[in-house]
Amino acid sequence: MGLDFSVIPDYLDIVLWGALWTVAITVGAAIVSFFGGIVFAVIALYAHLIVRLPFRAFAFLFMGTPLLLQLFLIYFGLVQIGIDVPAFMAGVIGLGLHFAVYNSELLQTSILAVDKGQVEAARTLGLSRMQSLRKVVIPQAIRDVIPPIGNNMIALLKDSALVSVIGVSELTLSAQRAIGSSYRPFEFYVLVAVIYYIINIFMEAAQRRVERRIQASK
Amino acid sequence: MTDQKPFVDIRHAQKSFGALEVLKDINLQVQKGQIVAIIGPSGSGKSTLLRAINDLDPLTGGEIWLEDKQINKKLPHRQYEKHINLVRQEIGMVFQHFNLFPHLKVRENVTLAPKMLKGLSEAEANKLAEVQLEKVGMLERIDFYPSQLSGGQKQRVAIARALAMNPKVMLFDEATSALDPELVEEVNLVMKKLAEEHMTMIIVTHEMSFAESVCDRVLFMDQGVVVEEGPPDVIFRNPKNDRTKEFLRKHLAGQHP
Ligand SMILES: Nc1ncnc2c1ncn2[C@@H]1O[C@H](COP(=O)(O)OP(=O)(O)O)[C@@H](O)[C@H]1O
Ligand SMILES: [Mg+2]
Repeated sequence: MGLDFSVIPDYLDIVLWGALWTVAITVGAAIVSFFGGIVFAVIALYAHLIVRLPFRAFAFLFMGTPLLLQLFLIYFGLVQIGIDVPAFMAGVIGLGLHFAVYNSELLQTSILAVDKGQVEAARTLGLSRMQSLRKVVIPQAIRDVIPPIGNNMIALLKDSALVSVIGVSELTLSAQRAIGSSYRPFEFYVLVAVIYYIINIFMEAAQRRVERRIQASK
Repeated sequence: MTDQKPFVDIRHAQKSFGALEVLKDINLQVQKGQIVAIIGPSGSGKSTLLRAINDLDPLTGGEIWLEDKQINKKLPHRQYEKHINLVRQEIGMVFQHFNLFPHLKVRENVTLAPKMLKGLSEAEANKLAEVQLEKVGMLERIDFYPSQLSGGQKQRVAIARALAMNPKVMLFDEATSALDPELVEEVNLVMKKLAEEHMTMIIVTHEMSFAESVCDRVLFMDQGVVVEEGPPDVIFRNPKNDRTKEFLRKHLAGQHP
């Protein structure tokens, strides 16, 4: 049996809905990972020991164990203690926190690399420690890690396929379903690969736009 | 003048970094509107003294007063933070390396603190930025980023940023020593203008001719002590102390007349 791409239009709506869910999960998780990354970085660097130590354990959980396990834990595990998270939310939170920990590592390094004179100038004007951090240090630290954070977001897009294991009909699972009734794995996997690639192109374009905008402020 | 209560009063200032004693019993009284220059060899403690005044490098002994407020008074941590943040609003500081905020345009560099700390509206803050930038001749660059400015322009913006908080006293730590020689004058002119407006200033500098032309008093520091102080014509023309003489001889040797 040869290749026959003519079956694709019959299943296109399933696949495109899947693509939409993938974009929704990726955008949601990217937002969680971005702001979570900032909060985690500030905790890791400046919080009291009582907050910092449990946080270390938490960060280890997200860096040292498979993402798959984290998704299972949030979706199937939390129900047992009475926290019922819908699959989509579980996916966004799991992916988001996972990448927040990675973003936080990047940010911690870049926060520490901001010139000490910057905080001194801010404090001299009367800004508090938190105000200096918020208005002077963190914006500069973020600016410096836009490229590697962009790479993390691309990795996040690819890892969003894992959310299929908790039953979210994102792109990969949708393809699986189309294949289940059409028996055309190659055609649909190629289609899905092309769609991932297109989403990728959009994300890289967005990243380049952001980088161009911050160029002047270096 | 001596019967007047000092505006800035530094009493028995002592500072150690670990075992290294950097300031040894420094006393300095500055009257309102007075301009004091601090000169001395590198490592003599000039920056440390200046930075102690707004508590960037807290003293390990002694007291610093601004008008009737003790800057470095003993308070529980939280209260001290509140206190020092308010005190710092009244003390402008200009650094050798400008320390402008590179991610903000010139306008926002000037308006950031007034907006956050004095609750100025966007319109009020913009007006304030325009007034201060006009004063230092940088109004045309209000929408530029710091990276688009020369060193002299950056320093003038840094001065405007400090002035926007309407400080009672301005501290300058070698404001022109990171500048190319041809850019020094534009910054000196701004400082002279402040002098004419009777801004109280403490200026750490290695530009002797500038110090002589604008200052009311000169302190010569060496190894953490004030070796000699007096009016500029005395310190520069007729110093009594051998270390002052030696420093000036070495220093003036390599300079334009
Ligand atoms: N943060 C610091 N830690 C340790 N030593 C310091 C620190 N800051 C300054 N010093 C030391 O204090 C002395 C005085 O420094 P400084 O006040 O910068 O001198 P100046 O401004 O006159 O050149 C120098 O010996 C310097 O190495
Ligand atoms: Mg110095």
